[in-house]
Amino acid sequence: MALLTHTSHEFEAELRQLKGRLLAMGGRCEQMIIWAVSALEEQNVQLAEDVMRADRQMNEDEMAVDEMAVRMLALRQPVGRDLRFAITAVKVVTDLERIGDEAVNLAERASELAATGSLPAPAKRLSEMAMLAKTMLRHALDSFVEEDVAKARLVLEEDDAVDAIYGEILRGSIAYMRADPTAIDDGMRVSNCAKYLERIGDHSTNIAEMVIFLVDGVDVRHGGG
Amino acid sequence: MQTRGVDVFYGDAQAIKAVDLDIYARTVTAFIGPSGCGKSTFLRALNRMNDTIEICRVKGEILLDGYNVYGKGVDPVEVRRRVGMVFQKSNPFPKSIFENVAFGLRIAGMKDKNEVAQRVEESLKGAALWDELKDRLEESALGLSGGQQQRLCIARTLAVRPDVILMDEPTSALDPIATARIEELLRELKQEYTIVIVTHSMQQAARVSDYTAFFYMGELIEYGDTETLFTRPSQKKTEEYITGRFG
Repeated sequence: MALLTHTSHEFEAELRQLKGRLLAMGGRCEQMIIWAVSALEEQNVQLAEDVMRADRQMNEDEMAVDEMAVRMLALRQPVGRDLRFAITAVKVVTDLERIGDEAVNLAERASELAATGSLPAPAKRLSEMAMLAKTMLRHALDSFVEEDVAKARLVLEEDDAVDAIYGEILRGSIAYMRADPTAIDDGMRVSNCAKYLERIGDHSTNIAEMVIFLVDGVDVRHGGG
Repeated sequence: MQTRGVDVFYGDAQAIKAVDLDIYARTVTAFIGPSGCGKSTFLRALNRMNDTIEICRVKGEILLDGYNVYGKGVDPVEVRRRVGMVFQKSNPFPKSIFENVAFGLRIAGMKDKNEVAQRVEESLKGAALWDELKDRLEESALGLSGGQQQRLCIARTLAVRPDVILMDEPTSALDPIATARIEELLRELKQEYTIVIVTHSMQQAARVSDYTAFFYMGELIEYGDTETLFTRPSQKKTEEYITGRFG
């Protein structure tokens, strides 16, 4: 349902600015995931540092978005779709910031694994899992830009595949550690990386759920709606 | 109250088109919509206040406890006693505070002094004015503040014990504190009365009402519980209006 533009140009500009800032954060999240996974695959410490640097910007963005949303609630007292947008912004920014944190965790484990030389066997599906998680985030952001509920619902389904790979990597890591107790450190690093990616999938799901709330006013979290 | 297929015309111009609306007892119902949408016209039709406008015609049924207030033989004065009205600009008479509240009772022929005094006290209490004014009842009502004058007009309406109170932008001339007092009063009054309020302030509608009706160009576009209407309205036009996209 496309609405007319706001009578107040200033308010309209603030809404666009808020959305733009969130999307810029989303784009940065995607880049951070790509760097973190490349750092892992290529054992590239420099890329891992890039992720950590980008995270500082994410933290600033989170505070800026919160401030913009609080200001909007106080000064514009939005209702209807605008109210749902302000609430969505506050929720989505938290998920994006956490995705940034998970990318940093991933980068840190990548640095540690880089120091050990080669990647352990259970890590071989991490790239595939990262690709799926990143696609979920991409689709969640697209659904937000386009305010497309069908696309948002697709994200909720995509999470199953990410969870399935997570289970496999976790089982593989446990077997790997059981077989060679001296490899526990690396095994833990791999299973943690899988956990971070699984969380990125969950945060992307949260974003998609908020898009459904934004567009339809329905709360589908925890099996609702 | 219920309205069924209500049309209101000013001469040939139709100001209200086929409005069906159920106003629930002991709730606050807000009418919102852009200027000229017909919300005040519709409000005034509810107690036949439009009868005083010569070119104004009302069609359809407006039911109060099941009988049509526009029915044959219905006394408009009795309708207005049962369905009282408070206006945008407070309009106390240039009389004492006491006489302002007693006015309707005297018109109705109430003679017993004690009874009148008791009813005045009850009405001033009902309008949350008694404590402020009980020692100043003989002073002129014109010396009261704007907020007090408006609450006095509410007390005057309460004195004749109406069932429904219509309010046409009752706080638009008041400061935020006086507005908050009136809004608080509405919450108390709805325990006993059915209240319908026309307001230009959507925040006010959201704060005080249980149900909200959105009018646009003489039509009732959407009517429902206030929380739903302000968080996820079902009509695009409502969404655009409440979010400030036109009007």
